[in-house]
Amino acid sequence: MGAFLIRRLAFLPVVLLGLSFLIFALIQMLTPEMRAALYVRDPRQLSAIDEVIRTYHLADPIYVQYATWLKEILGGNLGWSETAKMTVADAVKAFFPATFELTILSFAMTLAIGLWLGTISAVHKDRWIDHVSRFISITGTSFPTFVVGLALLMVFYGKFGWFPPGRSSFETQLLLGTAEFKSYTGFLILDGLFNANFKVVWDAFKHIILPAATLTYVEIALLVRVTRSSMLEELGKDYVRTARAKGLDENTVTIKHARKNALIPVITLSSLLFVALLGGVAITETVFDYPGIGRWGLIAAQQLDIPGVLGFASLSALLFVIGNTLADVLYAIVDPRIRMQ
Amino acid sequence: MWRRLKTNPLSLLGLGLILFFIVVAALAPFLAPPEEGTRDKYLIPQESFMIDPTPPQQGHIFGTSEQSYDLYYGIVWGTRSAFKVGLTVVVISVFIGILIGSLSGYYGGWIDEGLMRFTDIILAFPSFVLAVVIVAVLGPGLDKVMTALAAVSWPSYARLLRGEILTVKQQNYVEAARALGAGTGRILTRHILPNAIYPLVIVGSMSMGQVVITAAAFSFVGLGAPVGYADWGQLISLSRNWIIGTSGNSFAYWHTFFFPAFAILLFVLGWNLLGDAFRDILDPRMKK
Repeated sequence: MGAFLIRRLAFLPVVLLGLSFLIFALIQMLTPEMRAALYVRDPRQLSAIDEVIRTYHLADPIYVQYATWLKEILGGNLGWSETAKMTVADAVKAFFPATFELTILSFAMTLAIGLWLGTISAVHKDRWIDHVSRFISITGTSFPTFVVGLALLMVFYGKFGWFPPGRSSFETQLLLGTAEFKSYTGFLILDGLFNANFKVVWDAFKHIILPAATLTYVEIALLVRVTRSSMLEELGKDYVRTARAKGLDENTVTIKHARKNALIPVITLSSLLFVALLGGVAITETVFDYPGIGRWGLIAAQQLDIPGVLGFASLSALLFVIGNTLADVLYAIVDPRIRMQ
Repeated sequence: MWRRLKTNPLSLLGLGLILFFIVVAALAPFLAPPEEGTRDKYLIPQESFMIDPTPPQQGHIFGTSEQSYDLYYGIVWGTRSAFKVGLTVVVISVFIGILIGSLSGYYGGWIDEGLMRFTDIILAFPSFVLAVVIVAVLGPGLDKVMTALAAVSWPSYARLLRGEILTVKQQNYVEAARALGAGTGRILTRHILPNAIYPLVIVGSMSMGQVVITAAAFSFVGLGAPVGYADWGQLISLSRNWIIGTSGNSFAYWHTFFFPAFAILLFVLGWNLLGDAFRDILDPRMKK
């Protein structure tokens, strides 16, 4: 296991270096003037643009540029984001908790509902619940995220007025700025609980539930399908027949025996699912005006705020790489055969 | 294959939907004739510059969207846009995939190592996010979106083909062709590729639906087709301000959202159902 871990983790810096090459190559398509915003911490510096270009070697040979760029990034200077009106590093800190909260909630919902649906539709194969779950998966993959989001908004906000867009009501936002409310985690629901302020918890829940439901619906299909087929495979095996033969009740057979083994492919898949959520969250945030990383990244892309786009992209890529590594490690833990390869 | 396809009603539905959209795209000039002397047929005609959408009525069977854009015209010509985007992106990315995958799989060695590490790096990026970066650098527009999507979707094709070629090139008939003195080009194009390419073509056609969804998402956030262009994603973004309706009737402007959303859903559903059918046919374990 140790050798596998070391091998897998040693690969991480290589991928990150490759990513830095790719991003750097992409920004080479821009003029030095456009790239200047990637280096400054304050928009006022941009008025003396020639000086910025000189200081950060923007017109120098490419290897000098790359070295300066990498040094600045590793030093935490990611430039100035015009759309967020703050430095990229600050913007990431400001927007990331909201995105992370949404992602974790959707992940938990997808996992819980997906596993349940997958198991139950394997146990009751070709019965009505199986058809319902198939319908949910096939429509979920066919609907674009923004269509699901808008439809939910139309009904639950437009018609009933229950779940508004945004992240919190105006009242809550006022409260957040005061000393009364301490921010511990940046997650509104958790912070509300820690402050014992249940109004905030309820308000945050009302705002987050529609985006979370959208992501769940769109991402659930693969999990249901894999759980179902892996369950079906396990249920047909001899040890299940043995378990039934010795008189165990059906619940113990399916949940304790078959599902434990059926979960092996699901575990890898779920870490990939988390990664997929991080990628798909941008559109959802945009539809619901939810102030997270993805919405900021897309607005930045529209308004030619390259530092903003790159901040969003680098963070997503970093999480993506970590998530993929985690998936491999998890897989090696649950299935010892992988480690040998 | 047709025999297996025929027995599953869902696959037939998928096939029917795709055929329907092909007919609509082909007959677009007759179904929704553009006005005389229009420069670009993909620009939706505007009757007035009235901001508020109007409900379905005589002359506008799906109603009009924000700024009097006729929804029927937009959806009919949007079918062409969808095929254009889907086909272009799939064909270009499959082509790049074939190029990189066959070089990598056939030659092996440092060529393989170099090309596959490059592929790994692109795959280490969430593809949607990388596409956003590329569009941001190139500037908005449907053609830029197509470029970006093709640039991020070839790596999985290249990998798939490389794997296939690695098995095919061990076969006796390749050995035999080489023994007969066939050149590299001939072995690759006449013996290896025809036997290795089949899964790639299937996976490529299956991804049509996802490509169209992603391109629509770009148009929706204002990075793709410009306002007024016949594109489903763009039409849905026009409806965004109107989904809440009026104070008395919350679904007053339902048509601005429903018709384009329904078109996109049916289109993608068709490809997904057909893709499922192909997967079942190709996967022998699923045989009953």
